[in-house]
Amino acid sequence: MDLYEYQARDLFEKHGVPVLRGIVAETPEQASEAAAKLGTPVVAVKAQVKVGGRGKAGGVKIAKSPAEAAERAEAILGMDIKGHTVHKVMVAEGADIAEEYYFSILLDRGERRYLAMCSREGGMDIETLAKERPEALAKVPVDPIDGVDDAKAREILSEAGFPDSEQDAIVPAVLKLWETYRDEDATLVEVNPMIKTGDGRILAIDGKMTVDNNASFRQPDHAGLVDRATTDPLELRAGELGLNYVKLDGNVGVIGNGAGLVMSTLDCVAYAGEDFPGSPAPANFLDIGGGASAEIMANGLDLIMSDEQVRSVFVNVFGGITACDQVALGIKGALEKLGDKAVKPLVVRLDGNAVAEGRKILEEFNHPLVTMVSTMDEAASKAAELASKEA
Amino acid sequence: MAIILDQNSKIIVQGMTGSEGMKHTQRMLDSGAAVVGGVNPRKAGATVDFNGGTTVPVYGSVKEAVEATGANVSVIFVPAKFTKSAVMEAIEAEMPLVVCITEGVPVKDTAEFFTAAQRSGKTRIIGPNCPGIISPGKSNAGIVPADITGPGRVGLVSKSGTLTYQLMYEVRDLGISTAIGIGGDPIIGTTHIDALQAFQDDPETDIIVMIGEIGGDAEERAAKYISEHITKPVVAYVAGFTAPEGKTMGHAGAIVSGSSGTAAAKKEALEAVGVRVGKTPTETARLAHEAMESLKK
Repeated sequence: MDLYEYQARDLFEKHGVPVLRGIVAETPEQASEAAAKLGTPVVAVKAQVKVGGRGKAGGVKIAKSPAEAAERAEAILGMDIKGHTVHKVMVAEGADIAEEYYFSILLDRGERRYLAMCSREGGMDIETLAKERPEALAKVPVDPIDGVDDAKAREILSEAGFPDSEQDAIVPAVLKLWETYRDEDATLVEVNPMIKTGDGRILAIDGKMTVDNNASFRQPDHAGLVDRATTDPLELRAGELGLNYVKLDGNVGVIGNGAGLVMSTLDCVAYAGEDFPGSPAPANFLDIGGGASAEIMANGLDLIMSDEQVRSVFVNVFGGITACDQVALGIKGALEKLGDKAVKPLVVRLDGNAVAEGRKILEEFNHPLVTMVSTMDEAASKAAELASKEA
Repeated sequence: MAIILDQNSKIIVQGMTGSEGMKHTQRMLDSGAAVVGGVNPRKAGATVDFNGGTTVPVYGSVKEAVEATGANVSVIFVPAKFTKSAVMEAIEAEMPLVVCITEGVPVKDTAEFFTAAQRSGKTRIIGPNCPGIISPGKSNAGIVPADITGPGRVGLVSKSGTLTYQLMYEVRDLGISTAIGIGGDPIIGTTHIDALQAFQDDPETDIIVMIGEIGGDAEERAAKYISEHITKPVVAYVAGFTAPEGKTMGHAGAIVSGSSGTAAAKKEALEAVGVRVGKTPTETARLAHEAMESLKK
């Protein structure tokens, strides 16, 4: 899960990373109050969006009074930054910036360890820096067991070109950022810029974090970081039902077992859709997982049927651990529960574990909305055709 | 031969006495795999009777199990929060192969146990979040259904469980030397490249089917490896062309971040080195059949 800047700031503070005070505001009035409360001659009003490049997009403005902070917030709230609507701003203390640095720790999937990156040339977009001035960006591997100690912190800073005399001031911040990364089960901690103030203090001015959802069992506080207001309502409901669901833009509902097979099903639907008027496309990703029961299947189907955009539904199951008879019972159960309210056609393709039993259940059920198709490609085509007709 | 797992594999199951462990130990035994022990410190000394007349002893630790049985494979079914300590225990016992089925393991834990395995130099890890590995007719470590297909000369490596089953099913007339599900997490113990290398060296494998998906750059790395080291025909499939940016698609590692990790880039990298990439699983299976046919000429 990607975090907002203000959430990263709070976690930095919790772990002792030096940060400036910042207050979240959702209205111009709140922004004005926040600026008054901070009481500094200058404040920054910063759009809270989970996407880079907000500065260039006009999402960060300086204000010199509470009234000005309100004006800035008025302009920024509601702004669209690369498809993300701004619902919140953070009003932060102004800083006397003498120098700007860059620092990050992230998961290096390819090398199967962590990577620390650091530069004396912070402030700009890091991808641009990496492309245009790669020599200015130090990349230092971090061993997952050893982590970052004083010596490693100095190695990173030396690689980035900080002379020994400057390192003493920065090392504590680097160690605290490592602790944040480690103790919050993060996969990314990025500070851009990390600044040196006119009086020599080191501060993390802007932070970005990603935390590992798999660690939620030992990070109970992370549940509170989920932004329910901007999450799709169907995704929220799926989460409550324990279903692995992602909302997409199309009109063919997709449900299957196993993440890979479901991703593949989406692709097959999109390809098949190219042959039909209106180019039907997948409406969602929904993985019922391995060994799913009839109840899970029914919940999943119920969720997809409730999506107003959905015109047809494709159930694609290859039973490994999942038994096709359970899937068939789930379909039957969901349709019986919906009764007359069920109007969307279903294309079902079953193979693998207990396939004969599963197909038999659906044949005997003989529901007018259910079409059984024997292969995945043909079923994708049928589902796309039906969505095209129903549209 | 097959790769990594064969008729000499002696399997213990960490977490055997849990519900998933019991169910899948039974299935492994039914498929003819030699499951020689379970591990559970609270049930050490007990035995478990499985259908078919096999009695499997439970040991207090991996070390004890290895000493008593000579086991060389451990399959892990323990819940995510205990997975790291289970894998660490297997590494300390110098278990040659650890197959970690568990889904939902924090990536920090995986990074740490993978690093520990690298340091020891004694243990190969498969997974986590994977279906395991099967060499039909020889052995089966994990949850891959043994009745999809029998032995043959196609080597299969995949990030996804059900796509493994789907492809095994679609090449069932050819049969499989070994099918290995490497898992869909951001960090995994055995990569596409490890499997490609092993299949290249395996005299019982004629062609290789490689299944990838969005996220990371494992497929791009594999493409480079194929161009430099693999002489056997490779056909591939990549899932996730329609996945939106920034959304995790079921597997923790399946995410397109900015412009990196896209299915299109992976397909392009593979095709650039001469690998034929199927548009759907069925088309991929057809390409596999063609590759096998062309070897006969």
